Amino acid sequence: MSGPLLELSGLTVDIATEDGAPRTLLDGIDLTLARGEALGLVGESGSGKSMTVRAITRLLPAAARASGTIRFEGADVGAMDGSALRAYRDGGVGLVFQDPRAHINPTRRIGAFLIEALVRNRKVPRREALARAAAVLAEVGIDDPARRLRQYPHEISGGMLQRVMIASVLLAEPRLILADEPTTALDVTIQQEVVAILDRLRRERGMGMVFITHDLDLALAVCGRVAVMYAGRIVELRSADTLHERAAHPYTAGLLGSRPAIDRRAERLAAIPGRPVSAFESGQGCAFAPRCAHARPACEQRPPELTEFDGGLVRCARVTEIRPARPSKEASV
Amino acid sequence: MREKLRTTTGRLGLAGTASAVFLLVVLLIALAAPLLAPADPNRQSLLDAYTGPSAAHLLGADGIGRDILSRLMFGARTSLLGPALVVGVSLLVGIPLALLASWYGGWVDAVVARVFDLIYALPGLLLAVLTVALFGPGLTPAVAALSIAYVPFLARIVRAAARQQRVSPYVDALSVQGFGVLRISVGHVLRNIAPTVVGQAAIAFGYALLDLASLSYLGLAVQAPTPDWGVMVSDTDALLKGYWLPVIAPGVLIVLTVLALTVLGARISGEKPPRYLRRAKRTGDRRVPNTAPVGTPNQKETTVGAVG
Amino acid sequence: MSTAGTDTAQAVEVRELTKVFKGARGVRHQAVADVSFDVPVGGSLGIVGESGSGKTTIARMLVGLERPTSGRIAVLGRDRSRPARRGVERGARARELQIVFQDPYTSLDPRQSARAAVAEVLRHHGGLTAEQRAKRLDELVDQVGLTERQALARPRDLSGGQRQRVAIARALAARPRVLVLDEAVSALDVSIQAQILNLLADIRAETGLTYLLISHDLAVVRQLCDTVLVLRGGRVVEQGDCARVLDAPAEEYTRALREAVPVPGWTVGV
Repeated sequence: MSGPLLELSGLTVDIATEDGAPRTLLDGIDLTLARGEALGLVGESGSGKSMTVRAITRLLPAAARASGTIRFEGADVGAMDGSALRAYRDGGVGLVFQDPRAHINPTRRIGAFLIEALVRNRKVPRREALARAAAVLAEVGIDDPARRLRQYPHEISGGMLQRVMIASVLLAEPRLILADEPTTALDVTIQQEVVAILDRLRRERGMGMVFITHDLDLALAVCGRVAVMYAGRIVELRSADTLHERAAHPYTAGLLGSRPAIDRRAERLAAIPGRPVSAFESGQGCAFAPRCAHARPACEQRPPELTEFDGGLVRCARVTEIRPARPSKEASV
Repeated sequence: MREKLRTTTGRLGLAGTASAVFLLVVLLIALAAPLLAPADPNRQSLLDAYTGPSAAHLLGADGIGRDILSRLMFGARTSLLGPALVVGVSLLVGIPLALLASWYGGWVDAVVARVFDLIYALPGLLLAVLTVALFGPGLTPAVAALSIAYVPFLARIVRAAARQQRVSPYVDALSVQGFGVLRISVGHVLRNIAPTVVGQAAIAFGYALLDLASLSYLGLAVQAPTPDWGVMVSDTDALLKGYWLPVIAPGVLIVLTVLALTVLGARISGEKPPRYLRRAKRTGDRRVPNTAPVGTPNQKETTVGAVG
Repeated sequence: MSTAGTDTAQAVEVRELTKVFKGARGVRHQAVADVSFDVPVGGSLGIVGESGSGKTTIARMLVGLERPTSGRIAVLGRDRSRPARRGVERGARARELQIVFQDPYTSLDPRQSARAAVAEVLRHHGGLTAEQRAKRLDELVDQVGLTERQALARPRDLSGGQRQRVAIARALAARPRVLVLDEAVSALDVSIQAQILNLLADIRAETGLTYLLISHDLAVVRQLCDTVLVLRGGRVVEQGDCARVLDAPAEEYTRALREAVPVPGWTVGV
């Protein structure tokens, strides 16, 4: 099959509130993901990155309403009926969450958790399912898988449990992995291992991956392309190897300048004033304008379009004028 | 003021507001009974015995010709005073114990919890019957017995709620500032769990009213001829003779009052909005955006977060 | 080793600090083992470690929320290895050392505005007239960068960064000499984290406050601290000058920790 693995066009999500007025959480997301590609979604609170994943899997809160289209291997996800949706969730996409402990039933053994979908949905015999589970556990770097299968979630560490979560996703052999802050709750050394496992398995199996994180540098290391989100929109989309040098959107540059470096102390961090907002809190124009040093009155009037600039896509009306020379940390110090 | 009233009714909902209004009316009538009652509740007039509603007796008269409406009005006083005492005494004993237990934890908590369990195991009515057997019937022994029986009912809730606050970092922060147990427990913890406590107290009030009415019905608490709803319901003589109003009217009042207290109590304790509408925790940036503009002083209660 | 009261050059002096927790069925867990360090007056020490390293337990022992199993803690030369017996002693300790916690959502009383919370602390410590208190309040609100409206709002109407500013104002109210920051910027958005780090640097420059920063984030420690102590499993792995330890780690664990941090050019794969 040709064509992209995943295609979002004009994806918009509104959520109904108690006072009746709907609030926009995602506003016109356009994205394509090729087979085997890893794409990073990076953003702060309210940026809508988690909501994007929920929309892709059709796991939105009951009060939310999505519009726009989501195509997975050409099929319209929004139009899927019960059985198609089950097949899509079972074998099409796999979800890795931030907190595995909240997503794995604490009263059941690891083995029972891992084989449930295989036995129930795919009618794989129990013995064979267990053998497969053990094999996958070994693949995610867990020693003595046979023993782990008999253990309960509370008996193993968070890092190990996240590997179990990844193993459970792999068992379904999905074509797409959605990883929502999969390492945020883990220690850095464990994060390194888990990310390496995800990356290796993705390459070996040719899976696509959407990797969501607030850590720009982590996304750059894991993904080929990175989309920076702000207030429910994509503000910059660029290949990972050039983002540090070519970051063009003032918000992307601000994020890079905000993060302290491990190898030197900045006299002062180039902090962005104000706080991140959600789509429904932003006004008519550019959502970032109130925090932007380059904003002009015109920025607050009309929303900028996502346009091509310097090999990437940037949503900034003044990008050609301001274009930060070298928005890396040296420049901001 | 009007704004405040509106947000209050908004929080209580229709059923809660109706319950609050009903209870307020009952309370006012009880307080003003001597002014409002059309007749002396104990004045007998055998000529009027078992007469139906009339201009002289709006709800009729009972078997010895006493005005039922007046007896209901005065009866509200004893019927409400008893549970008020029960709940008041239980809270007075239970809150300090619960706060102590939740603050110190460990063996203090274990001892207090076991004592509560012990009392909880004794049915309140049984305790009351035993007390009455020892000290003779009357409102005071009945109230005393029920007060003890109700301590764990209230204190367990207070303890659980206070425990939750106790492990909050804000309590740690206060403690690091050098504030003492008393100050933190009363000035902060208790204030923060007040809605839970008040709500539970309202529900307990309803149960206590029911228990005391049962005891009065059995002739163990309030003694005839004192007007009391429970005593009035026990007028089996009227029922046998086919007159239901003297019995049904106080019965309906008991049911409505208990119902109103239960509804109001549940509302005050607060059924919370669905979890995803509340704040998200954990590290990173899963923070729910705060939606209310900062510092508009009158709309604090209306903020609702959205999914981030 | 110096004795308490004589060596006032050290803001914080910790010697052979150990904490053993007794769990269910008598299982003993040594959370902190034999940890010693000094923080000079006006200095800034970062304590880094992963989960289970004992860093938070050390912070809690310093502020008196946990009792050391053995070892000695002195702040400004005054011993605080044992819990304060009396209110006066508690107050005195509170005026020496304060703490800012990680979670800005739960570290404030939900019913108190910033002003109310700070005013309560000021009243508690006494020594100020009503007028002086009001002035100090304005000063603090201004110092942590809160607007007047924000200072009057309840926590639920504030964002995470704003709440953390409130927590800092409250901690600074009684003019402590030492501030413990227990993962105080970890839960914040990146852009907000930078604001708070700048704020903390400004406050230190203005007041000469001593910092003890507990963090899992090496970059944050680099930004704010002069010296660093690396903990693992309750034990000190390495300590010394921040730049030296992070740029040229002597220990394998420190190196692993450092290399696990994603930086520009970092690639996946161990």
